[in-house]
This record gives sequence, structure tokens and C-alpha cells, in this order.
Amino acid sequence: MGNRVVITGYGIISSIGINAAEVLQSLTEGISGIGGITRFKTIHKGKLPLAEVKKSDEELLELFGLTGKKKNYTRTSLLGIAAASQAVLMAGIKPGQKHRTGFISANTVGGMDRTEDFYPLFLENPSKGKLSGVINHDCGDSTDKIAGFLEIDDFITTISTACSSSANAIMLGAEMIKAGMLDRVVAGGTDAVTRFTLNGFNTLMILDKEGCRPFDENRAGLTIGEGSAFLVLEAEETALKEGKTIAGLLSGYGNANDAYHQTASSPDGIGAGLAMAKAIEMSGVVPGNISYINAHGTGTQNNDLSEGIAIQRLFGDNVPPFSSTKPYTGHTLGAAAAIEAVISLLSISHNCIFPNLRWITPMKELFIRPVACLQRDAGVEHVLSNSFGFGGNNSSLLFSKYKPL
Amino acid sequence: MAYINGIGIISPQNTLPGSGFLVTPVEHKGEFLKCIEPVYKSYIDPIASRRMSRLIKMGISAAKICLLDAGLEMPDAIITGTGLGSVEDTEKILGELTREERFLNPTPFIQSTYNTISSQIAINLRCHQYNSTYVHRCFSLESCLTDALLQIADCTAGNVLTGGIDEMTLNHLTIIRRLGLWKPGPIRNLDLWTSGMPGALAGEGAAYFIISSERTLKTYAQLTAVETLYKPGSTSDAAAAAAHFLSGNGLSPGDVDLVLMGNDGLAEHDMVCNEIIAAAFPQASRLLYKHLCGEYHTVSGFAMFLAANIIQKQQIPHALIPLSEPPGKLDHILIHNHFRNTDHSFILISR
Repeated sequence: MGNRVVITGYGIISSIGINAAEVLQSLTEGISGIGGITRFKTIHKGKLPLAEVKKSDEELLELFGLTGKKKNYTRTSLLGIAAASQAVLMAGIKPGQKHRTGFISANTVGGMDRTEDFYPLFLENPSKGKLSGVINHDCGDSTDKIAGFLEIDDFITTISTACSSSANAIMLGAEMIKAGMLDRVVAGGTDAVTRFTLNGFNTLMILDKEGCRPFDENRAGLTIGEGSAFLVLEAEETALKEGKTIAGLLSGYGNANDAYHQTASSPDGIGAGLAMAKAIEMSGVVPGNISYINAHGTGTQNNDLSEGIAIQRLFGDNVPPFSSTKPYTGHTLGAAAAIEAVISLLSISHNCIFPNLRWITPMKELFIRPVACLQRDAGVEHVLSNSFGFGGNNSSLLFSKYKPL
Repeated sequence: MAYINGIGIISPQNTLPGSGFLVTPVEHKGEFLKCIEPVYKSYIDPIASRRMSRLIKMGISAAKICLLDAGLEMPDAIITGTGLGSVEDTEKILGELTREERFLNPTPFIQSTYNTISSQIAINLRCHQYNSTYVHRCFSLESCLTDALLQIADCTAGNVLTGGIDEMTLNHLTIIRRLGLWKPGPIRNLDLWTSGMPGALAGEGAAYFIISSERTLKTYAQLTAVETLYKPGSTSDAAAAAAHFLSGNGLSPGDVDLVLMGNDGLAEHDMVCNEIIAAAFPQASRLLYKHLCGEYHTVSGFAMFLAANIIQKQQIPHALIPLSEPPGKLDHILIHNHFRNTDHSFILISR
């Protein structure tokens, strides 16, 4: 493979901040974004926590000069515009430049935030319910809206592989750059919290009423969050030629399937292990040199055990420091891998390892323990970021500190 | 560039194994073109299949038919394209949400997740390899093909199982009909081009393919290239991009013998499709096919099934409607498709 793929920009919006600086501040100060439900009506209000982005749709519209166009933008699109516009600004991407630029997004429920408001009216009377509430239902809609806002049109697509969706978007972007099909790609994901998702996970009885506690013996499930993040991936050569600041190197990635059960991870974490091993192999990094693992760590009984076992098997006696940052951001589903990619890049650029908040009691099945306190001057060179989804869709991304060849 | 070495298709036509190649077109008179489904127990364990919704069963079966057709047990990657995933499961949940969120059964939620089909195929085959799902309107299947071709080009995979799948439901049809783009009531599908009723005819289908790096005795045709064109500025921009797509693959527009047209019965769409193809490929023979399968996000899967078989058999079924003189040879077939005329895609299938 010829070209290395570097990151020249990133953007993020989540429950712990509406840009990278705010997110970094929350991460270093140990401030969680998990709280009560404020944004929509649900019978779960006051009972289940969420990690909501603390901006209404109207505030987001105003932020981007889109007021008056509310009908056209779902919350999924607005969160995506917030994150992707930061990323392209940082990378100096503007419309009309000669490069072939792609936009690859990911989400799990598209414009469901609107559809679920439309549907009760429609069920009462099939001619009722405003069509503007349902025409943005499909997963491609937000991708189309964000690309339109950024004026990117050389390539566009959308991926949905549950909780690993945006890792696969980043992987496709890198593959297309390496193959010379595109010069640069804005890749990531976006998802808004919906009653659909909240109730769906609730039927599976995997929502922790106390807020998620990944890798804790007493963990009782995940906490749903919302947000978006995008990276600007570029061929190293292009970025260097233009004298861009390089935030990191995407040194490896791997996608594997657990092929065990639609919602449960295998007891031995076979898919998780394969995804991590593929990413590490591609990078050529010695496993012992990995500085930090940003784990998938949802806080469910099943995921954390399976992921922990896979990490122990893969790294043996040399398990790198690891933590789940979902106690900060909640599980942002289709956006999670991209959000954690940005957190991994922040870890590299600020040389610190973020703690696994809310962790108290070690899991009795594992000999490894997550990082419990912020580690500064941690010598962070290589960060492995895991994203594992329903359907056994497991992907791992490996980011490295940029060093010219 | 790669080879199409296996096909598994469930469609509103007789396309199940052993049916021959569209010998007699199947007539439909319902609200939409519904798939002729296989006996599922031939492909899925009946105990497992009892809880599966229709789309999941169609997806797994089409994938299994495809693997059997190719004589392949284990693919190196599984990639599915779907515009809407399981509409039936999504509607079940939306219905339960209206009843004060009294939502107790997790199965529809699990199955409504867009990646369920690719995952279920992996679980069924115990396939731990690359697995992904594309969900971008009329680019859903095309993105799968782009991904498959990338993996074959860099030798990550030798055999990719990939396909497109979408279903239609009466509720969903009621909603989209209000957009004014679809036929307001039932018509006989074989009268699509002459009925005079405005709007596209809704359909559904599942089509999987084995895309391989090597030619085998099973090879139908060559998958030469695929291109997606996002919001071209004008019809002439789209035509120029189509011509450029050919030259990018070492061919000229004159090399295209046959175009499988994106026309779906909506006059505004059909006019643009005709204009683009007439401008880019004036010498090519043009065929209509969507009266056989209807319109849906991954309809180009049905067209790929047609193109691969036409190339292999060197014969065009009578069920297809010609818009021009028949082609002199059948070396290169172009599939044109679009999403509401704003996004366009091209797939080139060759001998």
C-alpha cells in the first residue's frame, strides 16, 4: 500500500461539550455528561438517565445560520453539521478546492426523531401527520444534508453497522484514499437520542438506572447518549504538500464479525480479538508498544466481560492502560466510534490517558483493571479504539502520533 | 474489476433456482410488486426462522442461494446494501411507541437494526470475516460494490458475498404515496409503460452476488466498474460523467451495447433518464425492466441479475421492453439508476 492516511481535522459534539476544547476540558476534569432526560416526553423520564447534547434543535439551527429551515433538518443532521463543520474548518477544507473530497457518514436510526412524532398522527388517520416529519426518515438523509451544508460532492455514502458504524465509515474513507480514488475524506457518524432507541434498549434490559459503570463488577448496563464526530482523513502526501498540521496517523484498522449471536457477544470475544489483531497487524506496531486502549466498554455485563477477555488473551501479561469513556459521553451508538476516535486523538495530542469514570469494584472474572485516574505525561504514542456492535459487527481503529517517514 | 461467480435472487418474478431466465413475465395486480418467496425451510432452520421477519428471511435465503450457485461455502467478506432495512419491524415498534411506550418485545427492535441481515448471514455461516452494511438510498448496493472491488483490488478478499435488499409494506406505501411520486393505486405491472397513471410503481427484492477475483466455470460476467454520481448540476453533467466513467475504464461510450434504463414510470424521472442515456450513449440499445420488479432503493440488484445473465446467455428475455433496435453484440451492459433524479449510479457489466 502506498499512501499513509493522516488526520488533519476533527470535530465533535456530545453531552460533554460542543467542540473539542470543551470535550477535552470535561475529560480532564472528570465531568460526566450523563443526567436526566430533558429533551423529549417519555414515560422513562426521571427513571432512566441519558447523555444528551445540551442544545435544542433551535439552538443548533441558530448556531449554523439555518433558522427557518427547521423542517429540513433532523437532529441527526444538525449534530452532524455541528461536528463536521468543525472538522473541515480545522483542516482548511473549503468548497471549490481542486481535491477529490468524499463524505462518508454513519448512523443507526436516521431521522427517527421526526418519524416517531409523525407516526401516531398517521396511525390515527393515514392522511394526517406532516410529511416533513417523515421524508427525512432514511439513514442517507442526514448524510445528504451534511454534505450539502459542507458542499462536498465527489463521493457520498452512509454506513450502519450498529455501534461500530462510524469506525467502518473511517475505514472506508482510508481505503478509498489508499486506492487513490479520493484525496481526502470527511468520515464519522451522528446519532440523536430517540424514544425508539431508548425503548428498544430498555426491552433488552441493558440500561443502567444509575448511569453506566463499565468494567465494574456491579455494572448494570449502558447509558444512551447522542452526538456526532467527524475526522478529516487525507493522503499524507497531500497534507504535507500543503503544509497542514497533522493531528495523527490512522495506522491500522480491522473489521471482523463475532458470528455468535444477534445481540450478545461471544464468551471468548472472538470477533473483538480478531478486529483488534487485524488493526494491530496492519499498523506494524508491536502490541506491547500500544500506549492506551479506548475500550468499547458499554457497561453491559456481556460486552465488558467479552471485551476484557479478548484484551487479556491478545495482550497477555502486557495489557496497556485501558478505559471506557462512555461514562462521560454515554453510548452514542452510530457516532460512538467517531467520538472515541476524536478522544483517542486528544489523548495523543495532549499526552494523557482519560479515566474510566464511575469505576469502583474490579470484575472478578478479569485480572485487568481500567485506568481510574487521569494520567498526564503518559507518553501516548499509539491508541487502539474499539467499537463493537449488535450483530457482532466489531471494528478497531489504531491511531498513532504522527512522525514523518 | 472482478467476476460475478454466483447469484441468489428473490424478486417479484420467477427467479428462484430452477426457474430459467425470465421465461414468462409474472403479472402482478396488487398495490405493489411483491416478492415470490422461497420455501424458507430449505435455507433456514425452521425454529430460528419462526422469529424472523420477512426481510431477514429473504436476505438469508438469497445469500444462501447465491453461495450454492457459486459452489462456495465461506466468503471472505459479507456486505449488504439496504435503503430502509426492515420496514415491518420498524413499523411494529413505532406502533408500540404510540401505546404509551408499552413496548415489551425486543425482537422487532433487534431486527430493525440495519445491519441485521449481514449479521444474520455471518451467524448462519459462522463467518468471522469483514462484515458491513451500506444504507444510502440508491447508492446502498453501489457502495457495497465499491467496497467489494476495493477489497478485491488490494487482495484483502478473494470472494465477497454482497447484495441489496429492500421490502415494501402497505403502511409505508401509504406514506410515500402522499409525496405524489408513486402510483396512487394498483395497476397491472405489465402495463406500467402504457397505463397513463402517473407515478413510479413500488416494488421490492433481494439480490446477492459472489464477486470474485478469479474467473471460474461458474462465472456469469465481469463486474467492470461502478460509479456513483452525487447531485450532478444538470442532465448534461450527468451524461458527461457517464461518458467519463467509460473512458476511466479504458472504454468509449460506443462500446456500450445495451443500457438497462433507470425509468420507473414517473414521467419526470423517465424523461431525465432518457436524456442522459441518449446524450451519453446514442448508439446503445436501451431496455426497460422496472415493470418486472418495481422501484426500490436497491433495485440495481435486479438489474445486475439481468445483466449478468444476458451476458452469460447472450440472450435478452422477451419480458424486457426495448426502447430501440436490439444490440448487434452483447459485450458491455450499463446499468443506470437514480434516486429521485438527484443522485445517479452506473454499473458496468462486461463479457
